[in-house]
Amino acid sequence: MPQTLRRTPLFAAHQRAGGKLIEFGGWEMPVQYSTITDEHLCVRRGAGIFDISHMGEVIIRGPAAEAFLNATLTNDVRKLVVGLGQYTLMCNERGGVIDDLYAYRLGAREYLLIINASRIEPDVVWLQERLGAFPRHADVTLANLSDHTAAAAIQGPKTPGLLDQLFPAASTGGTPVAKPSELKKNQIAQFTFNGQSVCVARTGYSGEDGFEVITPATLIEAVWDRALNLGHPFCLQPCGLGARDTLRTEVCYPLYGHELDEHTTPIEAGLGFFVALDKGDFTGRSMLAEQKATGTKKKLVAFKMTDKSPPPRPHYAIWTDGTAVGEVVSGTQSPSLNIGIGMGYVPPPSAKVGGRIEIEIRGRRFAAEIVKKPIYSRAA
Amino acid sequence: MSTQVPADLRYAKSHEWLRVAGEFATVGITDHAQHELTDVVFVELPGVGRSLKSGEACAVVESVKTASDIYAPVSGDVVEVNKALESNPALVNTEPYAAGWFFKLKLANPAEVSTLLNADSYLAQISGS
Repeated sequence: MPQTLRRTPLFAAHQRAGGKLIEFGGWEMPVQYSTITDEHLCVRRGAGIFDISHMGEVIIRGPAAEAFLNATLTNDVRKLVVGLGQYTLMCNERGGVIDDLYAYRLGAREYLLIINASRIEPDVVWLQERLGAFPRHADVTLANLSDHTAAAAIQGPKTPGLLDQLFPAASTGGTPVAKPSELKKNQIAQFTFNGQSVCVARTGYSGEDGFEVITPATLIEAVWDRALNLGHPFCLQPCGLGARDTLRTEVCYPLYGHELDEHTTPIEAGLGFFVALDKGDFTGRSMLAEQKATGTKKKLVAFKMTDKSPPPRPHYAIWTDGTAVGEVVSGTQSPSLNIGIGMGYVPPPSAKVGGRIEIEIRGRRFAAEIVKKPIYSRAA
Repeated sequence: MSTQVPADLRYAKSHEWLRVAGEFATVGITDHAQHELTDVVFVELPGVGRSLKSGEACAVVESVKTASDIYAPVSGDVVEVNKALESNPALVNTEPYAAGWFFKLKLANPAEVSTLLNADSYLAQISGS
């Protein structure tokens, strides 16, 4: 590994647990502890815990924090009451995605942004630039807490009971609840752990019920160990980035650098739901409004392989009617469905659900079908 | 977890094993390799009749995470491939030295076999890594 890789405060815990470590976005992270399939199914059926300490945390505070975020992010933060979060995107002037993120309202004038690990530096530079150009910049402060903050995602149908044991007292801030399992989707609250305050949000990246726990860097190992100690009745296993990727691919959540980049817009990525064109001006709005009105040149589709084939992978060509029309951006063997699945960009005429496509794999083309997103959903 | 390295096989540095029987040899990937790859979900095998040169990429193993090339440990013509891997690629994980074999070669140059590692040397290689 050429450059010095960054390590999270859980690095020693991963080594003890036998995690296989790989480079991811400049970080040395566990890709798996047992196998990707095993960890994936454990999250679908029980509970898994992921180290997401590499992700970034930025606090935006002050009387003009709401106005600044609404001028900088695509979703409408005015919809957020204290203790609620939303998925949103940050775009450049051309509508290209700087990052996709979660924005939580922690207080009347305080917001927490959870940003991608590989985007911390460009995001903070961009936010500072936008803040410098913001008329009420004196009424907003920005603090990048990424180096001092750690986080774990606890995901799966069995997690609510585990969280109630992990944080057994009522919340002390955010959404007022008696216990974590009372949080609703996208709500966030503070709880006390070993005398310190931690944030717990009911959200995740797996398509299952679940929580993300954000703590001071020095506290995460105690939370991680306690969760694993309490976790046996809930079938809790430590899970790596491999399963995190297959889980999110099955439910078609975007991963920055794959579905999203600075040359791709949220409209092209099928994320128009998170672009509030009616809220007033924001960076990238004019391009996004134009695309919404007149259409795009490319569109993100989800697909399933229909015949036996190697798994699709990023950068494989997508063919329709004998012509290469696009490229796979995410692809894997689905552990839940046991077939090859993926997402890719194609021109809108080729993007219809039910449409037949082919994926080129090492010079051969294999049949696939465009399917509705998500590719996998929980059994009713 | 203990890794199996049978004493009666020869090994390539790139983690293939070779079992010689007269002028023929069976090729697969080692227990260490399958453990590193995990979750084998697809195996692409060379065509019967193809002539392979020692060191040539000739098969692909797909795990959930990634695709990995497999190399011919010695030169020879492919005389048989393991069709069972088409329907059950996980045999590579469960029985790497038996039902999870990849293909059989008619050796082009039996002297090449002696250039491969023996079990002790291979074990030393994977222990050192």
